[in-house]
Amino acid sequence: MIEIHNIHKTFGDKKVLDGVSGVFETGKTNLLLGASGTGKSVLLKCIVGLVKPDIGSVTFDGTYFTNNKLDIRQEIRRKIGMLFQGSALFDSMNVQQNVEFPLKMLTPDMTKSDRMDRVNFCLKRVGLEGSNKKMPSELSGGMKKRVGIARAIAPNCTYLFCDEPNSGLDPLTAIKIDELIKEITVEYNITTIVVTHDMNSVIEIGDRIMFLYQGKKLWEGTRDDIMDSDVKELNEFIFANRLMRDAKKVEEEEEQAENNNKQ
Amino acid sequence: MLEHFGKYLIFLGSLVTRIESPRILFNRTIDEAILIGINSIFIVGIVSTFIGAVTCVQVSYNLTNALIPRSTIGFMVREMTILELAPTITSIVLAGKVGSNIASGLGTMQITEQVDALEVMGINSENYLVLPKIIAALFVFPMLVILAMFLSIAGGYIAGTLTNALTAQEYITGIRDAFVPYNILFALIKSVVFAFLISSISSFKGYNTSGGALEVGAASTAAVTNSVIAVLIADYVCAQLLL
Ligand SMILES: Nc1ncnc2c1ncn2[C@@H]1O[C@H](COP(=O)(O)OP(=O)(O)O)[C@@H](O)[C@H]1O
Ligand SMILES: [Mg+2]
Repeated sequence: MIEIHNIHKTFGDKKVLDGVSGVFETGKTNLLLGASGTGKSVLLKCIVGLVKPDIGSVTFDGTYFTNNKLDIRQEIRRKIGMLFQGSALFDSMNVQQNVEFPLKMLTPDMTKSDRMDRVNFCLKRVGLEGSNKKMPSELSGGMKKRVGIARAIAPNCTYLFCDEPNSGLDPLTAIKIDELIKEITVEYNITTIVVTHDMNSVIEIGDRIMFLYQGKKLWEGTRDDIMDSDVKELNEFIFANRLMRDAKKVEEEEEQAENNNKQ
Repeated sequence: MLEHFGKYLIFLGSLVTRIESPRILFNRTIDEAILIGINSIFIVGIVSTFIGAVTCVQVSYNLTNALIPRSTIGFMVREMTILELAPTITSIVLAGKVGSNIASGLGTMQITEQVDALEVMGINSENYLVLPKIIAALFVFPMLVILAMFLSIAGGYIAGTLTNALTAQEYITGIRDAFVPYNILFALIKSVVFAFLISSISSFKGYNTSGGALEVGAASTAAVTNSVIAVLIADYVCAQLLL
């Protein structure tokens, strides 16, 4: 369980996070939902310690993280796996080396063959067995995300963070990635936080949802309650999302029709 | 300007705090050294051979007095290349080649969040990424400069004998005349200083990139221009202090 308490962050004179508090539960996919530029990524970076909040604290299973002693922070970081928005694979390394990397760095006592077993297990888990020797530049967007997930879970992480795991993917691949994240969360009983602006993800995998609007938490609840919320900004967001999806569908149907006509 | 310099010093400090395991650092340094060496050996070879050749031709053109022996040409080529041209020109070439490579590599890692990925794993990214580059440069630059010394003297030999400016025997007499071993040491000290400046300035510029592809290009350009200026200033300071 991860708790955040009263997180504030200002860049220059721009207030990005304005006192966000909340709880992210173990074994659940916790979503951070909100439009672009509302501070979701910054909040995620505050939680993992890539950005230092001006005020506020983060607690991992009761252990205080922000501003704690370096070795305690390092100890927690070893349990964190993170999937970045652009996957952030190391582009000088192939798939296998990418997944092996955190093992090499974090568990130096592990033997080479144990490491390889773990790498192959993780790659199989994300459906990429046999791609060991491919370079990141040879992978599609969806495959990169899968490698990113494999790298994140390789050292047996207890906390998994995903920043827009399905942005830039086609709808089918997006759903598959979402499902993979959810399965892994349940299977290993880890605490997962997923940043998204996609209502599809909410419907597919959102166990707990926190809605951010201009740096403030305006709503939280489960996906069953989200349609009945009385928060104006959230309803507008859902409405805009639905419009966009419908527009996309119409566009796709038109494209389909056009293709059919051509054939 | 002063603020920049302060940030640069803080950056240098962060390289040596929270050091990763020596074994990892050693392996990373070897990798970087191989990269720097292999990527630069060809351009350094070409440039230094031609510099030796051109120096020889120009000295012989200026040396019209019949009372001065032709072997002086060989002597002049040696003095100019070992003391100044081999270390300084090689370093300026390397500022372009290695400096831009370091800056664009680190800049790309920064904007694609690869640096963040390292930090999340609890790795000190400055120490892991940058320190091996600097240490590798400190070792490899002097080796490249030694190579450049040999090749520029060889270039002078080829040019001198091909143009009949002097005989092979005269050239060899010339390059052995009044040899001061300290000059070689001086050149190597300079190359270590230049290696540090180029690798650390370029790393600083690359590591502090934010934005997109355009900023990576800008960081790379800034790395090369700043490194070249730093090398030339350091060249002057070294000459004042050490000669
Ligand atoms: N390092 C930074 N420096 C200055 N401003 C930043 C920085 N990181 C994010 N911001 C600003 O914070 C706001 C929220 O960004 P972000 O959290 O990335 O939004 P999103 O919800 O789309 O992930 C944006 O307006 C962005 O410009
Ligand atoms: Mg974001």
